[in-house]
Amino acid sequence: MNPAIEQRKLRLATTSLAGCFGCHMSLLDIDERLFDLLDRIELDRSPLTDIKHCGPCDIGLIEGAVCNAENVHVLREFRQQCKVLIAIGACAVNGGLPAQRNHLDLGQCLQEVYLTGPGIVCGQIPNDPELPLPLNQVHPVHEIVRIDYFIPGCPPSGDAIWKFLSDLLDGRTPRLGHPLLHFD
Amino acid sequence: MNAASLLLDGLPLPFSPGQTIMEAATVAGIFIPHLCHHPEFKPQGSCKLCTVKANGRYVSACTMPAKDGMEVENNSPDLNDKRRTLLQMLFVEGNHFCPSCEKSGNCLLQALAYELEMLTPHFTQFYPDRPVDASHPDVLLDFNRCVLCELCVRASRDVDRKNVFALSGRGIGKHLIVNAESGRLADTGFSLSDKAAHVCPVGVILEKRQGFKEPIGCRRYDLQPIGMQVGQRPGSEEGC
Repeated sequence: MNPAIEQRKLRLATTSLAGCFGCHMSLLDIDERLFDLLDRIELDRSPLTDIKHCGPCDIGLIEGAVCNAENVHVLREFRQQCKVLIAIGACAVNGGLPAQRNHLDLGQCLQEVYLTGPGIVCGQIPNDPELPLPLNQVHPVHEIVRIDYFIPGCPPSGDAIWKFLSDLLDGRTPRLGHPLLHFD
Repeated sequence: MNAASLLLDGLPLPFSPGQTIMEAATVAGIFIPHLCHHPEFKPQGSCKLCTVKANGRYVSACTMPAKDGMEVENNSPDLNDKRRTLLQMLFVEGNHFCPSCEKSGNCLLQALAYELEMLTPHFTQFYPDRPVDASHPDVLLDFNRCVLCELCVRASRDVDRKNVFALSGRGIGKHLIVNAESGRLADTGFSLSDKAAHVCPVGVILEKRQGFKEPIGCRRYDLQPIGMQVGQRPGSEEGC
């Protein structure tokens, strides 16, 4: 690239809250286009860098729903630091799989899993102060902070993520048409 | 004598006497989003997804008779924004977790969300508690996905003559019920050969042991978006 027109690389942060990292796997699924992406962005906080706190960023990608107090803190930090925040995947968009516990009583869930479930001897409900407290219900990220863009899918395909990010980086309105837009 | 015609998004659309706007558009291959409408049943205009502007007024295309010279607005940003909002409200009122739903890929609600580019439910999720009814040997009822279109109610009442389904309650409390003292589908005369077993546009009434039969990529709306399938009904085309 001609240095005269070389632009500052955009800073991208990613995280997985209550997610399965499937959306991050899908991000890696853009394959050799990762080189194109890395020509234009540099990574801040992300499972790929292991940086623990998010610095000032241009774009934040949030995978996963909000199921505990730590998720809320991380999400708020991302919102504070990222100019553009993107919810990626079914869990971030509508709660997804983690939200399937929402019609169950949290206390009863913990009791059954750690105390009364089959095969449990001398069980105890984890209570270490370092453990983040679970929320009563799981929430999609837009119920906690303002979200600029949404990429649905479980997970969205690598092609969908690439289309969305390359649209955004090129200054176009990101758009997922058929067949890239899907909820499953 | 010239055939009667209306203007749909500025283009002439001929119609036969007695046709609704929806029927005339469907014959011409023009897509008007709809959820509770089904060509084999009397339209009831309850879902409001097919709302168009006819001579400047909002009307349901599935119930509004076509009139000569009528000017109808259908595929406009204004109407599609309103339709998307209706879809978002339907999505947050129920539990529409597409990845676990057998109907995914063949679901009218989902296909409309794709067509209208609904990327987020936007509103706060209700996460209602709606237990499923797995009592019937051949059919599962998953009320989490009901959009109150009443197609099963109409099919069971008007075609099967069994009155197995009804809507009960009012406003946000409105819900689908089963006509048995126990409330269970197994205690009704419902059978898999009923019309009502095959009209659900979403994943409420599901035939057992058929789940996920079609691979992802070969399902109805994987192949073509719903806007390109005007006039086709489920089962009328081959998968891949």
